[in-house]
Amino acid sequence: MSVQDLRIEFPTRDRSQTVKAVDGVDFEVLRGETLGIIGESGSGKTTLGRALVSLVKPVSGRVLHGGTDLAILRGRELRRVRADYQIVFQDPNAALNPRMTILDSIIEPAEILGHGNDASRRRDGLDMLAQVGLALEVAGRYPHELSGGQKQRVNIARVLTVRPKVIVCDEVVAALDVSIRGSILNLFADLQRSFDLTYVFITHDISVVSHISDRIGVTYLGKLMELGPAEDVIDRPLHPYSQALLSAEPLPLPSNLRPTRRIILQGEIPSPLAPPSGCRFRTRCPIAEAKCAEEVPQWRQVRNGHWAACHFAREDGHSATGANCNDQKGGSNEDAE
Amino acid sequence: MNIGEFQTDRSPSGQKAAMETPLLDVRDLSLRIAGNETPLIRDVSFSVRPGERVGIVGESGCGKTMTGLSILRLLPPIGIAASGQVLFEGEDLFALSPGGLRAVRGRDIAMIFQEPMSALDPVFTVGEQIAEAYRAHFAASATEARARAMDALARVGIPAPDKRYFDYPHQLSGGMRQRVMIAMALICSPKLLIADEPTTALDVTVQSQITDLLRDISERTGTALLFITHDLGVVAETCTRVITMYAGEVVEDAPVDDILLAPRHPYTSGLLRSLPGLSPRRGKLPFIPGRVPSLAAMPVGCRFRERCSHAVPACEVYQRMEPVGPMHSTRCGRAGELSLMGAVH
Ligand SMILES: Nc1ncnc2c1ncn2[C@@H]1O[C@H](COP(=O)(O)OP(=O)(O)OP(=O)(O)O)[C@@H](O)[C@H]1O
Ligand SMILES: Nc1ncnc2c1ncn2[C@@H]1O[C@H](COP(=O)(O)OP(=O)(O)O)[C@@H](O)[C@H]1O
Ligand code: SF4
Ligand code: SF4
Ligand SMILES: [Mg+2]
Ligand SMILES: [Mg+2]
Repeated sequence: MSVQDLRIEFPTRDRSQTVKAVDGVDFEVLRGETLGIIGESGSGKTTLGRALVSLVKPVSGRVLHGGTDLAILRGRELRRVRADYQIVFQDPNAALNPRMTILDSIIEPAEILGHGNDASRRRDGLDMLAQVGLALEVAGRYPHELSGGQKQRVNIARVLTVRPKVIVCDEVVAALDVSIRGSILNLFADLQRSFDLTYVFITHDISVVSHISDRIGVTYLGKLMELGPAEDVIDRPLHPYSQALLSAEPLPLPSNLRPTRRIILQGEIPSPLAPPSGCRFRTRCPIAEAKCAEEVPQWRQVRNGHWAACHFAREDGHSATGANCNDQKGGSNEDAE
Repeated sequence: MNIGEFQTDRSPSGQKAAMETPLLDVRDLSLRIAGNETPLIRDVSFSVRPGERVGIVGESGCGKTMTGLSILRLLPPIGIAASGQVLFEGEDLFALSPGGLRAVRGRDIAMIFQEPMSALDPVFTVGEQIAEAYRAHFAASATEARARAMDALARVGIPAPDKRYFDYPHQLSGGMRQRVMIAMALICSPKLLIADEPTTALDVTVQSQITDLLRDISERTGTALLFITHDLGVVAETCTRVITMYAGEVVEDAPVDDILLAPRHPYTSGLLRSLPGLSPRRGKLPFIPGRVPSLAAMPVGCRFRERCSHAVPACEVYQRMEPVGPMHSTRCGRAGELSLMGAVH
């Protein structure tokens, strides 16, 4: 999948302004990988995910699915290609009809696409139920009789029945208790192997994204700030925003093992109606300089396979001079102990 | 205002705290929904000392919110019968008249919630609401209350408080609204602040601002904190002591560092091990099988039994909270023989 200068806008409710939910992003999704997308709420992750499965139309730019732009396809051909790209949402109830049995919900997408016949679909649905680790007796139950984790398994079984190549997972474990997230994440990993799947895994949870991703992209106000191999982005982030995001994660460690330095960003993500000029992170960036207000930083490959959009990103990871790092003039303060 | 990272020296203050009488002492709190034999909350006992920051953790539905609400008798009117005692500075809040309780609420004990919007009135400015919270407990002129409210807004890190005073709740972001709630909660300088998932709806960068603010205020003013959350990372960064709740019971109570290093209840250990950040990347993640039992299906004996990998027949009898170390107790008969994994290994 290849995303080229993608832009998606929504009108505000009074139609007087437009929200640039996705504001020019370029990246590729590689076959068989798990691409993690991380960022604060309102940074455009969900909109991007919906665009990847063509649930929302871009105002400009393209999403190529295996080299094909779905915008030029029509009718049966469009439906066939679209089925290869599925999405699972955060809310376990979103896709489940409360009046339909679990099995009926699972086979619904295959039914709409006209795959097989009723008997074969049911057989396949029951098989998928087992694949996602649910007991057969769940088939005849209704959504309200299941826990959040079980419902999320049903949602996964549901998209698997159409044999997709790519699944976009939008905050799929966010609504679940930490105690059972592991079982769902393990399931995703197992299914990736059995069904040869590619994942785009959208989440705001750093520990989840760093656990499961091969590569990680970091979004801020509709743009990608950084994209690279997971280990690299987590251990040696290039962009000041990624650095701040990573250091804000609360660590369940005893006080003597906790890092003493922490970057505390001030303020919150600005309104996407009027993103800051130049670099859109500059109002919160601890190392912003005059240039950052004037020039939009280029999206460039700073390390091999590792992109970043910051004027000062360098291969060694230091975004600016040491003096700047301890300077408090920017939008944040960074305290030593 | 300094809201940066500073090292919290947990043990000395913890030891000092141990000698003082508790500020809040919850004794054998049980909650029963009418017509149900099994209590929703069973024999919950714990205490909070002056200035102490105590976290309550546990999965969804384990009774954290119900416990927090019952302290101020704020339970939903659904026919819940409460028994036990909630002693605040020695006085039983359950025995107070409605008027006596109103005098405590917002004055000595304040509470903030996950969704600040529901606790704010959309038709008044945030400043007016904070000033009103002050005037509810102190005889003050409108001018004085306004000055105090602006000061409170400044103290919770709201820029240009003289302007934000006149904002309506919907004009503020989620993080700013939560700061307003904290300002309102602190305006009367309460001795105890109960915070129920105050950062759960916020982004991680804003969450760290709010937890730092709460800890900073508690350290500077001596306000004790009862911090309800499902996030053990947040507890580690904010609290000095932690209580684990499971299926309506307290199952472990210990200083934060002790519980992170060496939990003594299999449930706490399971919660810690489930955190993806503690497992090798891309490896299999540990998890706790099953789910919190419903009231109707509550096992007798240890309530965690059906999900516990260490369960033996002896676990089928009622388990008592027993001390297992200094300031550390747990509700597991096998605690002495088990060696459980914590957050570090
Ligand atoms: N209004 C209500 N009517 C009936 N039962 C309720 C009500 N509110 C809560 N309960 C039940 O009380 C128990 C404890 O709920 P509580 O909200 O205190 O849990 P919690 O630990 O705060 O969970 P969460 O992490 O989801 O906030 C649960 O079994 C829940 O289903
Ligand atoms: N259907 C829509 N109509 C109007 N605005 C929208 C719509 N969907 C998203 N937005 C706006 O686009 C921006 C990005 O939203 P979203 O993609 O949901 O971000 P995220 O998933 O990162 O939280 C937000 O400002 C949001 O309010
Ligand atoms: S371009 Fe400037 S403002 Fe943007 S991240 Fe880099 S240093 Fe910060
Ligand atoms: S009492 Fe038994 S079942 Fe309960 S936590 Fe301890 S070992 Fe597990
Ligand atoms: Mg989203
Ligand atoms: Mg709750």
